[in-house]
Amino acid sequence: MTAHENADATPHGDALDKIDTGSAVVTDDGFENPGFPPHKPRQTDLDPQKEKRAERQVFGWFLLSMVGSVFAIVAYFAFPITESDLGSVRLNNLFLGLGLSLGLLGIGFGAVHWARQLMSGEEIAEDRHLTRGTEATRARAVEIFKLGDEESGFSRRSLIRNSLIAALALFPLPAVFMFRDIAPKEDAVEAIAHTMWEAGTRLALDPTGTPIKADDVTIGSAFHVIPFGMDNHAHDYLDQKALAVVLLMRLPAEDLNEVEGRRGWSYDGIVAYSKICTHVGCPVALYEQHTHHLLCPCHQSTFDVTNHAAVIFGPAARPLPQLPIAVDDEGYLVAQSDFTEPIGPSFWERQNHVNNDEHVQVLGQNTEDRA
Amino acid sequence: MAKRKNRGRRHPLASAALLILGLAAVGGGYTVVSEAADASAPAPAASQLTAEDGQRLYMANCATCHGVEAVGTKNGPTLIGVGAASVNFQVMTGRMPLAFQGPQADQRNPQFTQEQSDAMGEYIQTLGAGPDKPDEEWLDTSATGVDIANGAELFRINCAMCHNVAGAGGALTEGKFAPNLHDIDGAHIYEAMLTGPQNMPVFNDNNISPEEKRDVIAYLHYLDESPSVGGWDLGSLGPVSEGLFIWTLGLGSIVALTVWLTSRPN
Repeated sequence: MTAHENADATPHGDALDKIDTGSAVVTDDGFENPGFPPHKPRQTDLDPQKEKRAERQVFGWFLLSMVGSVFAIVAYFAFPITESDLGSVRLNNLFLGLGLSLGLLGIGFGAVHWARQLMSGEEIAEDRHLTRGTEATRARAVEIFKLGDEESGFSRRSLIRNSLIAALALFPLPAVFMFRDIAPKEDAVEAIAHTMWEAGTRLALDPTGTPIKADDVTIGSAFHVIPFGMDNHAHDYLDQKALAVVLLMRLPAEDLNEVEGRRGWSYDGIVAYSKICTHVGCPVALYEQHTHHLLCPCHQSTFDVTNHAAVIFGPAARPLPQLPIAVDDEGYLVAQSDFTEPIGPSFWERQNHVNNDEHVQVLGQNTEDRA
Repeated sequence: MAKRKNRGRRHPLASAALLILGLAAVGGGYTVVSEAADASAPAPAASQLTAEDGQRLYMANCATCHGVEAVGTKNGPTLIGVGAASVNFQVMTGRMPLAFQGPQADQRNPQFTQEQSDAMGEYIQTLGAGPDKPDEEWLDTSATGVDIANGAELFRINCAMCHNVAGAGGALTEGKFAPNLHDIDGAHIYEAMLTGPQNMPVFNDNNISPEEKRDVIAYLHYLDESPSVGGWDLGSLGPVSEGLFIWTLGLGSIVALTVWLTSRPN
């Protein structure tokens, strides 16, 4: 007998007529409920001494809870938080927390211990009732529904019903449009496609803003750089800094493995790269002086500074953008221009904002176009 | 039946308790033994030593890797121009002589006395001048004008990405790591910034001025002295140790409680 025939046949059986079996396949060799294993009395059921001891233990937990609660009150006064002493916060939190948790845990542990050891330990089963209501209840529900429809005229007056549906559909739409306010006021892509660097902007130390001379940068050095003249009271100071931050490093010039078009972008082994990871934008600044690796602390993307910050490990897709630098007549390091491509992680319109006149690809179209 | 009863009487956590006890005994024993072994290490003290003594010490202990006249070999870099600051840092933090070849030299108990180290520093300084040991002035963190907050800001910008904002250290690539900076001698912090040991970049006086270096040292000493306000800091390693703690101890205790709640008492 196939399963199909079986399913077909079952609704005609006498015993099953009254139960809606839905699509369930009823088989007659079903698993039989083995019932409960034989009841085993607990130690506390058998031995009055053990019972007495369990009672004392439950009492002990509740007593501990009381002690904890009182201790929390005492601790509040005994370990006050005094201004300008951060150590006092620690003691206050520690003892207040210990008291409160003892107060609550004592009740919990006591109650569970009570239920396990002293309350009735007989196993019982409570069968679920059917979820379906009686025929009378069901008929009454349909009746109420129909009456409501008739009295309100919901089906009959189609004009007002349909206009209500339309009004409800339009009601949430203004909220959707208001999401626009979350985005920056100016064009979001414009705001992140360019940085403060311009031709001739001096490289300055973060956070003091002191301009850096080329001969300050000794071999093996790493300088954390911002554009000279940043106003740290400007309302968008942090936004602009987050776009413009640069890591300046000096390597032995012979270690640099530069491509033809970018030879003029460094100065005597001094190179400058955006500090914002091309993966999701963490600051990449873990520079290893001898391996010349730059490590991103968030997802371990590793960039090779000797090869134009090419990705040698991790999830970043593109090399870090290089800031072309030069030296002005006073010996200070200056930028030759803004970054030639948008810094940081990918966005849909990124390719439209690569400065094709000045940008020099280092690893070929495939790598640099990667999202 | 008698056997069953016997098993029932043993506390359910007895085996776990035994395991913890055993681990604690082995770990404690190892610590005691290794500390005893370390205690016997220091070299004999010496009085006033000169650059000639330094050269003798150098030839005996360093020349194998750094070469005669410190010109370097394939096993070690040249030391010409590294300066006495570098020698003092490497020798007095026990990183040199190198214990074994590896991704980076580990900190351990110094193998030389301060006088011997100074003598070697003097010798290295005669081969080619480099940065000298810092003046006492730049190590005095109680001097007027020392700004711990400025030190903290400089530390966050220049150091925290590798050494962790609480100075707890962190991992780098291929087995290298930035060591933790707790309880480090001020002179060694200064010399590390000045010379850039191992893979640490150099932070010369044009990048971080001597006053600023002193502020950074003051900040690190402040961290050493200040207790963690938030209680147990779990090594200040952030999500790594905190996640491990909550996933094992936090969830573990919830699982243990659930098992206890639903088990049958005997």
